[in-house]
Amino acid sequence: MSAIDYNKCHITFCAAPSKKSQSLAASKENSQPKAQQPPKYKSPLERRLESTTEPRWVRYLLTFLALGFLFLFLVLPLIFVFAHAFNAGWKVYWAALVEPDTLSAIRLTLLATLIAVPLNVLFGICAAWCIAKFNFPGKGILVTIIDLPFAISPVIAGMLFVFMFGAGTFLGDLFNSWNIKIIFAVPGIVIATMFVTMPFVAKELIPVMQAQGSDEEMAARVLGANGWQMFMRVTLPNIKWGLLYGIILCNARAVGEFGAVAVVSGQIRGRTTTVPLHIEQLYNEIDPITGVTAAFAVASLLTMLALVTLVLKTIVEMKTEIK
Amino acid sequence: MARKRRRHHVLPGFGLTLGFTTFYLSVLTVIPLALLFLRFSGVSWADFKETIFEPRVLAAFRLTFGASFLAALTNAVFGFLVAWVLVRYSFRGKRVIDAIVDLPFALPTAVSGITLTALYAPTGWIGRYLPFEVSYTAIGIYIALTFIGLPFVVRAMQPALEEVDKELEEVSASLGATRWQTFWKVIFPTVAPSLLAGFTMAFARAIGEYGSVVFIAGNMQGKTEILPLIIFYKLGEHDYTGATTVAVSMLVASFALLFFINMIQLWGSRYKDEEN
Repeated sequence: MSAIDYNKCHITFCAAPSKKSQSLAASKENSQPKAQQPPKYKSPLERRLESTTEPRWVRYLLTFLALGFLFLFLVLPLIFVFAHAFNAGWKVYWAALVEPDTLSAIRLTLLATLIAVPLNVLFGICAAWCIAKFNFPGKGILVTIIDLPFAISPVIAGMLFVFMFGAGTFLGDLFNSWNIKIIFAVPGIVIATMFVTMPFVAKELIPVMQAQGSDEEMAARVLGANGWQMFMRVTLPNIKWGLLYGIILCNARAVGEFGAVAVVSGQIRGRTTTVPLHIEQLYNEIDPITGVTAAFAVASLLTMLALVTLVLKTIVEMKTEIK
Repeated sequence: MARKRRRHHVLPGFGLTLGFTTFYLSVLTVIPLALLFLRFSGVSWADFKETIFEPRVLAAFRLTFGASFLAALTNAVFGFLVAWVLVRYSFRGKRVIDAIVDLPFALPTAVSGITLTALYAPTGWIGRYLPFEVSYTAIGIYIALTFIGLPFVVRAMQPALEEVDKELEEVSASLGATRWQTFWKVIFPTVAPSLLAGFTMAFARAIGEYGSVVFIAGNMQGKTEILPLIIFYKLGEHDYTGATTVAVSMLVASFALLFFINMIQLWGSRYKDEEN
């Protein structure tokens, strides 16, 4: 907090006079002292600010380096996706999007997301509630287990469910006897998506609920609210931004998951391909020109979603900062 | 029984939420992991050795850990720089830059994969200016992993840099330290735990990364194959023993890193307690 204040202060206050002091500092840097020049007066505040920041040229150089790196690594790829998606014109772009296989991939991704995200929201709220508001033995272990999917490679995540529901396993054969296929079918994709997105909401809500404490909820109970009323009128308004933040991140990952879904999907075109898998198939198509362009066209959809995610995320961050 | 519990907690829903949480975690995480380790316990020592010491797998181990380490190191340097600039300096469009740092988290890995591949291909926007091949080589893998890991270091460093006490810097300057000495001897030691934590998180993520790497890697046998890809192939060939062996070795490495991160955070927070 204080760092930001100082910086703002520096801009408004030292804009004009610092030029002289900078040149003085710069000449010192070059070890060519101009003995004739009388020492310039510096206000105490000016001197104080100078002592905790770098010379101007260092600041510019570092900013330039950082922004250059970010441009090369993040902004350029972003521009490239759209440039490549449209390089054969609008018609090709549109054709790639309304192709039946693309549409079915979008439908499947929506389905998996619409199942995985609400379930993980429910789980996140439950987990955060019992972890943040109560004390019980084994809490640390529970928190560690919630974190596990982040530490597991997506491919291994998919593999876990192949080993659990695949052909020849107990559960796999059981479901098979009921004529339900899980691996290389839609349920497997949903489960894999649920696994990789499981921690997001819980991880956001636990610190929020812990910081909130339980005084307000207790007051609601004492004043006669039942559990549901207490949750809807006291807890939910308090956690809404954290919850929204978690949902945004969870949703982004659910839509974009590739590795875990690739393992369990079986990649039957038009049936078990999600949007990221469909991009891979288009990219590896025999005709490299049309395939790659179509892949980037579909990729541009996901990129737009990623940008929306970043905007929403920033808005939520700003909202919570003001509070 | 129910009555007794109610007297303990004023707040409702403990049993219900804990029950659901435990059930959900069991079905989705604990049982699948247990099944994996159960399968691993059935792998004989000879099979284990045969899988791990297969030249192709060994090469994948070296490549995955080596490229991940270098990428995390690059991220530590540039992530520190970006975080420093974002926290300490003000310039136009800072909010946008700050938001865009999270792009590798928000962008689906398959999209970053094909984008980086095309960008660094010999005819691509960046690749055409480079005197060496990037796409379909180990350098490409390193580039993709650097892309993926950047936000970890920046997001770990930002709060740490914001917390650095300006008064300490003033004290340091008033005692005659140059700006560089102040940075190196006062600021850097206080943020070092966060830097190490960010580095380790980027490293751990890079080891398991699949989507953004497989496109740019080219996947040449024994040369540019990463460990997750080996698992993928082994699953495709129904070599479940081999897949289990590689997966468990990777998981052990990831869990060790996770443990290491927690240790760093303990170290960092203990430092803070002493201060206060």
